Amino acid sequence: MITELKRVIKAGVINFTRNGIISWAAVLVVTITLSVITTIILLQAVLYFSLNLIKDKVDVTIYFNVGAPPERIMLLKDSLLKLPEVAEISYTSAEEALELFRSRHQNDYPTIQALDEIGENPLGAYLNVKAKEISQYESIANFLKSDNVLVSGSTNIIDKVNYHQNKLVIDRLSAIISGAQKLGFLITLLLIIISIIITFNTIRLTIFISKEEIGVMQLVGASKMRVRGPFMIEGAIYGIIATILTLIIFWPATAWVGRNMTGFLGINMYDYYISNFFQIFVIILLSGILLGMISSFLAIRRYLNK
Amino acid sequence: MIYFNNVSKNYKDSRALDDVTFTVTAGEFVSIVGHSGAGKTTLTKMILADENPTEGTVFFESINVHKLRNSDLTKLRRRIGVVFQDFKLLSNKTAYENIAFAMEAAGKTDEEIANDVPHVLELVDLGNKILHFPNQLSGGEQQRLAIARAIINQPELIIADEPTGNLDPINTHEVVQILKKINDLGTTIILTTHNRGVIDSVGKRVITMENGKIVRDSKEGNRL
Repeated sequence: MITELKRVIKAGVINFTRNGIISWAAVLVVTITLSVITTIILLQAVLYFSLNLIKDKVDVTIYFNVGAPPERIMLLKDSLLKLPEVAEISYTSAEEALELFRSRHQNDYPTIQALDEIGENPLGAYLNVKAKEISQYESIANFLKSDNVLVSGSTNIIDKVNYHQNKLVIDRLSAIISGAQKLGFLITLLLIIISIIITFNTIRLTIFISKEEIGVMQLVGASKMRVRGPFMIEGAIYGIIATILTLIIFWPATAWVGRNMTGFLGINMYDYYISNFFQIFVIILLSGILLGMISSFLAIRRYLNK
Repeated sequence: MIYFNNVSKNYKDSRALDDVTFTVTAGEFVSIVGHSGAGKTTLTKMILADENPTEGTVFFESINVHKLRNSDLTKLRRRIGVVFQDFKLLSNKTAYENIAFAMEAAGKTDEEIANDVPHVLELVDLGNKILHFPNQLSGGEQQRLAIARAIINQPELIIADEPTGNLDPINTHEVVQILKKINDLGTTIILTTHNRGVIDSVGKRVITMENGKIVRDSKEGNRL
């Protein structure tokens, strides 16, 4: 068995080197396929980053009545933090709220003047709540209306919750994000299928050229594995070489994109490529080898009937 | 050894074999003669189960070759050496590798291969072309290489389908002499040809085919 395996591997390597331009044409096509897959991985990173950026901008603010005791606000904060949907909560005191208001309106003299004439702080404290997922804001808002909050006696200190005002925007963003993820997945799937079909047909063509020899091998008594094996090894070699070429191509390509398009994409592609190099390498290598071997396996099947 | 029992083969719009019945015993040298399209090649393909009969059965010893599973068919083919008119060598393998491949297929060890391949190449006078690829050999050399490949596993039967069809008279003579020597050593040979000169120089049993039928078998001594 080991001898047979060694012979199959040796024959595959020899066939690859002797097939010359045909081998390199197949390598080129597999390289294109792997480049498509690598591009998809990088674009998914951009999409993920952009969606996270949008998600980060969404939050729910709970405004408290003027004079609401901070210890009761903290009580509510603690019970909110226990919710599995809540990612983080920031507390802004009434004094900080006033400070922020003043700095935001420092050039708006009538507003500042009116504020000064009131004499006391007209603003209440507020809690800024971020959910783990954009779809979870509704359940947080529902919690604030629930009996739990009534029990903790927080209802009468809450002035308003801005979720209901922002609901339309949040729902729309949620739909856009979900749609973008689905569309991204579909485009990815489509591109990968197209690439696989092109690769499969190229490898099928290289095997078609050898179809007469496959028949001869069978007539001299070679087993199916002995005939099929070297072609599958050749397929794996296409994948390995194409992986190396793809990774080499993407090195300067991501560096260029990193230098020139980081502002537009919101993410430095080169940094992402380098920091995830090992994972990308493994994905591309496995994709390349499996693509080459499975394509060869399927392509040769029709010539191995008897 | 070989028994064709009322074998017919139909293609879409033609009948390649028509109710063919004959027997070949072990050690015989049988020449099958006929014009192009007479059914000679289809007949040899039937023995190798490279074609299935439309009707009838083909036996190799007591085995119905068309009822064999793939793995058993592979084992059967290792007992048969094949020589073709167009040589059918593996073009991306050297002379040495072409023969080694047949031995590897038969499960021979690396040592056996290293010992036997140079020896058989010497036998067919290709000892100095061991690393040549088929396209670097002449027609006669390619056919001698194909014969070397056919005999390397000491098969019980050699099927030579028009082995001299692409050769000049000198090479034709050489190939026939090699096949006769192999037969003298006890290997059964089935040779197809349309060349009367080849049949005369073999001088053994002749089966004549026309339009897919056997019309004469010299063993029977009369026209069928």
